[in-house]
Amino acid sequence: MESESKIPPAKKGIIGWIDHRLPIFSFMDHELNRYPTPKNLNIWWNFGSLAGIMLMIMIISGIFLAMNYTANTQMAFNSVERIMRDVNGGWLIRYLHMNGASMFFIVVYIHIFRGLYYGSYKPPRELLWALGVAIFLIMMATAFMGYVLPWGQMSLWGAEVITNFFSAIPVVGEDLVQLTRGSFAVDNPTLTRFFALHYLMPFLIVGLVVLHLVALHRFGSNNPKGIDITSPKDKIPFHPYYTLKDLVGLGVFLMFYSAFVFFAPDYLGHPDNYIPANPLQTPAHIVPEWYFLPFYAILRAIDFDIPLLLFTIDSKLAGVLAMFASVLVLFFLPWLDRHPVRSARFRPWYKIVFWLFLFNALVLGYVGSQPPEGTMIMIGQAATAWYFIHFFVLLPLLSKYEPVATLPKTLDEPTI
Amino acid sequence: MTQPAVNRRDFLSLATGAALAVGVVGAAKPFAQSLFPAKDVLALSTTEVDLSTIALGTTRTVIYRGKVVFVRHRTPEDIAAAAAGDATAIIEPQTDKARVQKPEWLVVMGNCTHLGCVPKAAEGSDHGWACPCHGSHFDASGRVVKGPAATNLPVPDYRFVSDTKIVIGLKPEDKKAS
Amino acid sequence: MRLLFLSLFLFTLMLPAHAAERIELPEHTWTFSGPLGKFDQNQLQRGFQVYREVCATCHSLSLIAFRNLGDLGYNEDEIKAIAASYEIKDGPNDMGEMFTRPGRPSDHFPDPFPNRKAAEAANNGAYPPDLSLMTKARHGGADYVKALLMGYTEAPAGFDLADGQYYNRFMPGHRIAMAAPLLDGAVDYKDGSPKTLDQYTSDVSAFLTWAAEPYMIQRKETGLRVMLYIGLMTLIFYLNYRLVKRRVKGA
Repeated sequence: MESESKIPPAKKGIIGWIDHRLPIFSFMDHELNRYPTPKNLNIWWNFGSLAGIMLMIMIISGIFLAMNYTANTQMAFNSVERIMRDVNGGWLIRYLHMNGASMFFIVVYIHIFRGLYYGSYKPPRELLWALGVAIFLIMMATAFMGYVLPWGQMSLWGAEVITNFFSAIPVVGEDLVQLTRGSFAVDNPTLTRFFALHYLMPFLIVGLVVLHLVALHRFGSNNPKGIDITSPKDKIPFHPYYTLKDLVGLGVFLMFYSAFVFFAPDYLGHPDNYIPANPLQTPAHIVPEWYFLPFYAILRAIDFDIPLLLFTIDSKLAGVLAMFASVLVLFFLPWLDRHPVRSARFRPWYKIVFWLFLFNALVLGYVGSQPPEGTMIMIGQAATAWYFIHFFVLLPLLSKYEPVATLPKTLDEPTI
Repeated sequence: MTQPAVNRRDFLSLATGAALAVGVVGAAKPFAQSLFPAKDVLALSTTEVDLSTIALGTTRTVIYRGKVVFVRHRTPEDIAAAAAGDATAIIEPQTDKARVQKPEWLVVMGNCTHLGCVPKAAEGSDHGWACPCHGSHFDASGRVVKGPAATNLPVPDYRFVSDTKIVIGLKPEDKKAS
Repeated sequence: MRLLFLSLFLFTLMLPAHAAERIELPEHTWTFSGPLGKFDQNQLQRGFQVYREVCATCHSLSLIAFRNLGDLGYNEDEIKAIAASYEIKDGPNDMGEMFTRPGRPSDHFPDPFPNRKAAEAANNGAYPPDLSLMTKARHGGADYVKALLMGYTEAPAGFDLADGQYYNRFMPGHRIAMAAPLLDGAVDYKDGSPKTLDQYTSDVSAFLTWAAEPYMIQRKETGLRVMLYIGLMTLIFYLNYRLVKRRVKGA
């Protein structure tokens, strides 16, 4: 009874009536309209909302594709081509979905690197960051399974290679592979379950995105200066300023996206995936989609056994472990980098390390795209080592030894 | 100075909303279109029926574009009943003559015009069909004589390519040929 | 931070350059290249003639239906006539038997062999791939098809070829199981175009590009309209944004 009295009386009209009983409108007004936002957010803060929009585009286009897709090894390839040729507007929907995956990853990678640069993972935003990493992980799984669905050569052989990851695990490896595939080889049972999961996981992502937003709105957005905002003068309502800023960003981004969809739809893909899957013949170069290349490079970098005291981790298992570790390490980032200053603007040392890390990630991507021969192997191993040194050595060292700059108290206070 | 600035702002807000709305509708269009039958479905054209294998007094049920079609080899009694029906089929009046190309062959769509069930041959004296779902009744010419269906069983396009073969889905050749 | 965006952008652009040791292909100017390019219907018809008279002996074109030939400029009657010139397997009939009948516009091009094994058996163990997506399934697309068809030369001294293998400059590994399929004068053009290998290969490559992506022109035209619209929309957003920005940050 007491809590009921705290609720303000209903406003007039239908919306008021509903809102009194189910406060979705005041919730939306509070979280999307009046949401107090630091007034100095720059262009790199656009990519969060862009990622949300990409998720919606992927889900909608995906649902429409699923209405015409057949998850059967005999029919999948032709059902995709039927979408392209016979379904009204089908080519557009499929190209939107196909290139949308790449766009989604571009946006999310920029979003992640923005978080790294401005220290958005630091207290009190550790869980916000962890939820983001979880979204990224599920995104990767979803993208991989989606790539299998057209049942072209790269689909089949990509699935073959990735499901074989599990065979690296001692003792239960082979059983796990069969559990994943539902068959002895990547075959019809694999395709149908990948389709089911590919349809399911985006909705898990939606759930995590909601949690991500709840966590975000708890303390509000970080900002380029990385300082806690205490002065109310430093915050402005989200609408209309940031709504419009996001819209401008969306427009520019859609131009970029459309350029691929309409004028180079297959540019980011691999021609071999227009050859129907053939279990008797592996393509000359197996290359994952571009967004997996850095991780693929890490997988291949470990080509040697790692002797431990009592037993040896063979190279196959070590590669798989290193690859998973390269993503999972992101979960622990808030505890690896304990430096009290968030933004790289006030951390000259970290700034250098950050750019080296970004460059190193690009090198890994390039190595991942090349056949593992000659100097490429060495470069890949060096870059993999650097990747882990960054997290496990450099960041802890910087936390300890990088001088703590005096931070401005408010956003308007000039900095030297 | 302030007055035009306000107008400009209103105009731009309106334009922003309009641009978004048109964009969303434009983007929704191909998605909506994709739900209509695809080109290959539309192209799936015809069904051939060999009449020589349909005994007098029996009905062959065939599939045309995924729907049921009755091809009935009518006996003289059926034809007489159908002709008599010209007077009683008052829900959607049509002569039997207008519904057949040759009197001994009746070709009608076999889904009840009420809600789509497939009617069964009726036991009654009018040599017609009765729908098991909601009780509609059709006579020997496929005309509705008792509701709830409100229209006759439609006659699809079909053509006699020879005396013993029809192709459903082809427009009939010149009317005078019959 | 601007650097970050630029480098990521450049990164995405350099990616498809992955597969190493690719053979340089001579570049040809196609009527359908570029955002404004269109197919030349006469060329497509000639290319179709080459496919029909030469390639179709061994290669299927299973994703193309006769009705699609309208894109090449044929009218309905011509399409019906072309379809009827093919024997299509159908059935079972009322007696439970398969039979053949003349093709209809809704039918797809029939495969030259009853199944993959038969195709391999008839071709020295090598499967002649379906051509419906050939230009999308190879780096270089139409340039690759043209280069390959013109790339037959004598094998260099010391290059070992097995029985039934031929040397081709543009085939990865240079060994190909298909003998040179086209020669000057092999196909009799009715429209006065030169009956040369160069012309044949251009025409059939254009035809296969159409076959791989019959909606290509529609895609580009839609793209221009969409880009124009998004550009205008973004401009409106930007003007509005600037106005609001002055109000928020102006003080």
